[in-house]
Amino acid sequence: MRRRIDCDVAIVGGGLVGSSAALALRGMGLTVTLLDKGFCGAQASGVNYGGVRRQGRPPEQLPLSQRAHAIWPRLKALIGHDGEFLRSGHLKLARSEADMASLEAYAIRVVGFGLGLELIGHNEARQRFGLAGDIVGASFCPGDGQANPRLVASAFAAAARRAGAEVLETAPVTGIVRRGEGFVLEAQGGIELTARSVVNSAGAWADQFAQAFGEPVPLMRTYPSMVVTEPLDPFLAVNIGMEGGGIYARQVARGNCVVGGERGLPLPDPDFSRPRGEGALAIMQRAAGLFDGLRHAHAIRFWSGTEATMPDGNPVIGPSSTTPGLVHAFGFSGAGFQIAPGVGEVLAELVRDGRTTTPIDAFSINRFNPVSSAAGDSR
Amino acid sequence: MSERAAPLVVGAGPAGMRAAQALVEAGLRPLVVDEAQASGGQIYRQPPQGDDRSADALYGSEAAKAVRLHRGFAALADRLDYWPRALLWNLRDGVADIAVGGGNRRVAYDGLILATGATDRVLPVPGWTLPGVFTLGGTQIALKAQGCAIGRRVVFIGCGPLLYLVAWQYLKAGVAVAAVLDTAPLARKLHLLRGMPLAPAIVLRGLRMAAELQLRGTAIHHGVTDIRIEGRTRVERIVWRQRGRDKSLACDGIGYGLGLRPETQLADLAGCAFRFDRRDRAWLPERDVSGRSSVPGIYLAGDGARIAGADAAERAGERAALALLEDRGLPYAASRVAALERDLARSDRVRDVLDAAFPYPAHWSRQIADDTLLCRCEEVSAGEARRAIAEFSLTELNRLKAISRIGMGRCQGRVCGAAAAELLARETAQDIAAVGRLRTQAPVKPIPFTLTTSNEPHEPRHAPAH
Repeated sequence: MRRRIDCDVAIVGGGLVGSSAALALRGMGLTVTLLDKGFCGAQASGVNYGGVRRQGRPPEQLPLSQRAHAIWPRLKALIGHDGEFLRSGHLKLARSEADMASLEAYAIRVVGFGLGLELIGHNEARQRFGLAGDIVGASFCPGDGQANPRLVASAFAAAARRAGAEVLETAPVTGIVRRGEGFVLEAQGGIELTARSVVNSAGAWADQFAQAFGEPVPLMRTYPSMVVTEPLDPFLAVNIGMEGGGIYARQVARGNCVVGGERGLPLPDPDFSRPRGEGALAIMQRAAGLFDGLRHAHAIRFWSGTEATMPDGNPVIGPSSTTPGLVHAFGFSGAGFQIAPGVGEVLAELVRDGRTTTPIDAFSINRFNPVSSAAGDSR
Repeated sequence: MSERAAPLVVGAGPAGMRAAQALVEAGLRPLVVDEAQASGGQIYRQPPQGDDRSADALYGSEAAKAVRLHRGFAALADRLDYWPRALLWNLRDGVADIAVGGGNRRVAYDGLILATGATDRVLPVPGWTLPGVFTLGGTQIALKAQGCAIGRRVVFIGCGPLLYLVAWQYLKAGVAVAAVLDTAPLARKLHLLRGMPLAPAIVLRGLRMAAELQLRGTAIHHGVTDIRIEGRTRVERIVWRQRGRDKSLACDGIGYGLGLRPETQLADLAGCAFRFDRRDRAWLPERDVSGRSSVPGIYLAGDGARIAGADAAERAGERAALALLEDRGLPYAASRVAALERDLARSDRVRDVLDAAFPYPAHWSRQIADDTLLCRCEEVSAGEARRAIAEFSLTELNRLKAISRIGMGRCQGRVCGAAAAELLARETAQDIAAVGRLRTQAPVKPIPFTLTTSNEPHEPRHAPAH
């Protein structure tokens, strides 16, 4: 059974980036086909921690992050679902004087971006946020928050579908070539698709498509490791992070606490992964040391997923350096959730106008391949 | 003895006990871990403290088997390691994480026999979460382990041999059994005639139980539909339809179950391949007649692999142990293999008959009302699930979980998963096998945050003190 589709834009990968781009492109009146090898929002977009956080991002990400920041409170109007977004604030803890100095330095470095960071000391951190454990101080970003990752990307994809995008799930792209003024794609299920433009938002699977156009990238896979408690009485009103990493935690309205940290391991099929038992236990112990409210809690489930990570921690966002009409957006390195809705708008501008109002030069795919014809390079 | 690590047996019911026994007899020293505080599994469960009830009182017609199994396992005490009250919550790459005695033990094993048993299968009906409603298994545990009944006037609802067995056990214990409501039409019981030549003892025992129940005034209703459990703060009444008429009965306790479902999470964590089984209407780990799974060194036995009953579980446990011995290059009782496999094949045919006589009412999923809770841990109603399916164009069970929270709570879908799959299949006009199965993640049951770890995997030598 063959099926032919012709559209303005084919988007490969129905995560939050691809789905929000699809919706934005439909808003511009372009015809869109969104293809996912599995189900929209089922990979990194759906299995991340759910932090909606600007604090801690490198300055080059902040313009994009601020653009996304304006979108999150409008989700209900935009996609028909609030995604359980909560502007709870994000509190980044310092375990040592050196970590505190690092938080202070960050606050100075990003002062022009309007994050409204508050540096607070040990006593205030304890009193205001109910923390136990050895904390020197913290940096608070009141405008940051959290949301439910399982819902947001799927809701963007559903909204794109309602807006007229063709959303094809369980349709892995098996071939993609530039032909004439556009592209020809083949996808499983006998789908043959022609499109003027292509967005490569295939997450941990994006490198193969970049490679196909002579743009090899050093994409690595990482596997987050999350622990969820049974519903508990409210004790944690803010989204918690830690300078230098190691642990992050938030409590959802239903009462469950999500605690992340460490890394999972892939299964024999590396598209799937699980947390490590000892890693999860270590995180649980660290969390119980930090919050009295967790000392008697039970973990009811773990989760993991597959994230695409770049060596410098920055994503690839922007036009292909080899192929007109191709735009990349992947490699969000475990920090894509908050900025993704902004990336979707940027991608739509790039497709329609060839440029965007948001600075994205730092994310060029050229940074890995200064000579754009380095297709034969090994990784 | 070799330097190889000990085999690990998970579950100390009939399958696990027999497996352990066969390993011990071959000179190995297995570690047996079990969640219960005493061996026996569900069917041969022992009271937490000895009381004055005899084996006959506890196990009825199965007393002789129970006594033989318990004595046999107790006699092995010096030759195996046995950890009761131990939860194996994670498995990976030949290492098990076991929560026991307040701590976590990481145990390297060489050879794994999963004899994880089964729990009740249920479909939601209005009122199924009211206090006073128990699964048939829970109803039986109350009696067997605690020596108490779930109510003063009890109604039993569902299908399967367990329905009549537990009702009869309650009757024998002196509880008023108001009625047995069988979801299958009476005509289906004609299949039992086919079972007579295969397993006359089982069929006759069942018929005797039904007869005794009726003689003592318990009404047995067949072909019951549209069950509704009513009550303000707890069970007060059961309402149902039968041959086009509404009926009701006052009661204060309800035992409810629609057959059994295998506990397969550990097989999933262990990486075993699964296939859809039409008889159990569930995804089950693949295994051959010996109990070998798709993963070398991992064996499956008992109701945790496929529902076949306690007698078959004993044989499957022993058979799996023999396979483990053979694979390890150890001498084993090869002469037993043919007899065990013959018995298992016969049990399988008996199971076909029982399944025909006590069919699972999968079609109930059509009539689950929107306001009925589907997932009781996360409090998700059938209507919310249906809305999620429609709004997000869902076709696959893990996506339904991700969007609706079904199966995300304490039970991890062990209770609601089967019903959610039926509902999704119904709403999307797909075959039940096409909606997929919930992927397992550790922990298979809740574990405390303060579980203390030991860093290095180790081989167990002695059971930890409790």
